[in-house]
Amino acid sequence: MAAPLSVQVEFGGGAELLFDGVKKHQVTLPGQEEPWDIRNLLVWIKKNLLKERPELFIQGDSVRPGILVLINDADWELLGELDYQLQDQDSILFISTLHGG
Amino acid sequence: MCEVSEDYREPAPVGPPPPRPGREQKCVKCKEGLPVVVIRAGDAFCRDCFKAFYVHKFRAVLGKNRLIFPGEKVLLAWSGGPSSSSMLWQVLEGLSQDSAKRLRFVPGVVYTDEGAACGQSPEDREKTLAEAKLVLQTLGFPWHIVALEEVFSLLPSVLRCSAREPVGTEGAYKAAVDSFLRQQHALGEDKQSQPCPQHPQGRAGPPTASQTEALSRLFNSVKTLTAKEELLQTLRTHLILHVARTHGYSKVMTGDSCTRLVVKLMTSLALGRGAFLAWDTGFSDERHGDVVVVRPMREHTLKEVAFYNRLFAVPSVFTPAVDTKAPEKASIHRLMEAFILRLQAQFPSTVSTVYRTSEKLVKAPRDGCAAGPPSPRCLLCMCVLDVDTADSATAFGAQTSSQLPQTQPSVAEAEAPTVSCCCTGMGRAQQCCRMEEDDPRARVIEQLCYGCRVNMKDLPSLDLLPPYILAEAQLRSQRAEAEQEIQECLLEAHEDGARPGAS
Repeated sequence: MAAPLSVQVEFGGGAELLFDGVKKHQVTLPGQEEPWDIRNLLVWIKKNLLKERPELFIQGDSVRPGILVLINDADWELLGELDYQLQDQDSILFISTLHGG
Repeated sequence: MCEVSEDYREPAPVGPPPPRPGREQKCVKCKEGLPVVVIRAGDAFCRDCFKAFYVHKFRAVLGKNRLIFPGEKVLLAWSGGPSSSSMLWQVLEGLSQDSAKRLRFVPGVVYTDEGAACGQSPEDREKTLAEAKLVLQTLGFPWHIVALEEVFSLLPSVLRCSAREPVGTEGAYKAAVDSFLRQQHALGEDKQSQPCPQHPQGRAGPPTASQTEALSRLFNSVKTLTAKEELLQTLRTHLILHVARTHGYSKVMTGDSCTRLVVKLMTSLALGRGAFLAWDTGFSDERHGDVVVVRPMREHTLKEVAFYNRLFAVPSVFTPAVDTKAPEKASIHRLMEAFILRLQAQFPSTVSTVYRTSEKLVKAPRDGCAAGPPSPRCLLCMCVLDVDTADSATAFGAQTSSQLPQTQPSVAEAEAPTVSCCCTGMGRAQQCCRMEEDDPRARVIEQLCYGCRVNMKDLPSLDLLPPYILAEAQLRSQRAEAEQEIQECLLEAHEDGARPGAS
């Protein structure tokens, strides 16, 4: 049983265009059965934040190749990628390196 | 798979995947710091080592190629995107270092406003420009903002390749550096080496509404996104070339990163530009003669660039491009990018392998001889024409297959004689040579390289192109016709002279 979490989700490199142009989102994730990890966060983002064209951001259960993920300004590859367990006040940044965003 | 010669034993056991670098590990370089980024396939760097690695790569690429002479004026082409912004920042930092390691050229920045081609509203364009100006003002270099609409006021001379200055030898470079240093010492260096905060060139004034409309019309008439991207790149290159020549810059630096160059290489192959890969993706591109295009960021992957910009707060301005929010299969560029990136995700050495291959590409003159009359160049991309003369089998095949669906047969290639209708060469049986004056489109097409011809197929009306292109095309074909006539006169005169008793 995971307690509600407050995290900051940020978008850059053109990815913000899919989110109404808003770069920083302070979100409160509701408490739920399974602990919050990046995988669940992506599902949540797709359902609640993504305004259009989900296929430009998410592919399968991960982000589209070309979109970098930084957790607290560190490479997510160092932290387990999709399996990283979110903690309160974490900051997750998605940077698109694709041409044209 | 189909290796008959090898005997099949048990397939080698697939070992466990290489351990992912975790936070418990230390930086591979200094062995002490907490790693923040994973470069290549599994090297975790801490923040400081990453910065040193990144900066060192930039300086090494410049240093090893030794093309930029001290005191030279270099124009930095800034698109607002992460790679070119990073390049700008590296130059800024490099210029302010202590004298031994300081970069020694004189930079300027050019920013092209392509909003009209991308369908941006005037308000959005103004907003983006304001952001761009803020960044430019903090740099302290002279800057130039040009709108893409200004291609409509370019002169045909921009398409002409000026005489090439001979590239300095190793000795010449070293001599130039030494004499520059001596000069500095004599003059007292403090003020001299700082880039003088010159009066910023700014922009000539917002483009007129008719120019903007002409540009929109041009881009809206292009049928495919692929051709649109290529056209945009071509026009942008011409514009930057014009700015460089006008203000006396002899080099242009573009921020193409490793990832982008790899995608560009594969895309160029798909577009029929295989002959020019070395120029399109190499470190230096001297096709314009007096202005050399240089790519100092070509060893930095986009991941490294993005991380650096984030960790060290490099400002950049995001501008939507023609393919923003386009689906994956919308253009060859997009498709190739998706292909490479997806492959990279599973095989992390993809980009570096393609990059290493691209480094081996050599620029050789076409016929192997440097002397002799300069070969004709493509009207748009200014590379040496790769389309052979009318008798070549490949040329015939390419032309015929492109003409079959068309109702109107196009003119024969290259030297179509003006007077008599002759069908020379075995391949020409189906086509009848027409006079070139009837078909201005053919006149332009025949002056293009194969890749540019393919692009032009998606542009139904060449009249929408900026006037300098059409003017230069006309000039070149008139010159070719004049030369043809002179040749024929000389031949006749020679024959007349050889026959006894001829008058």
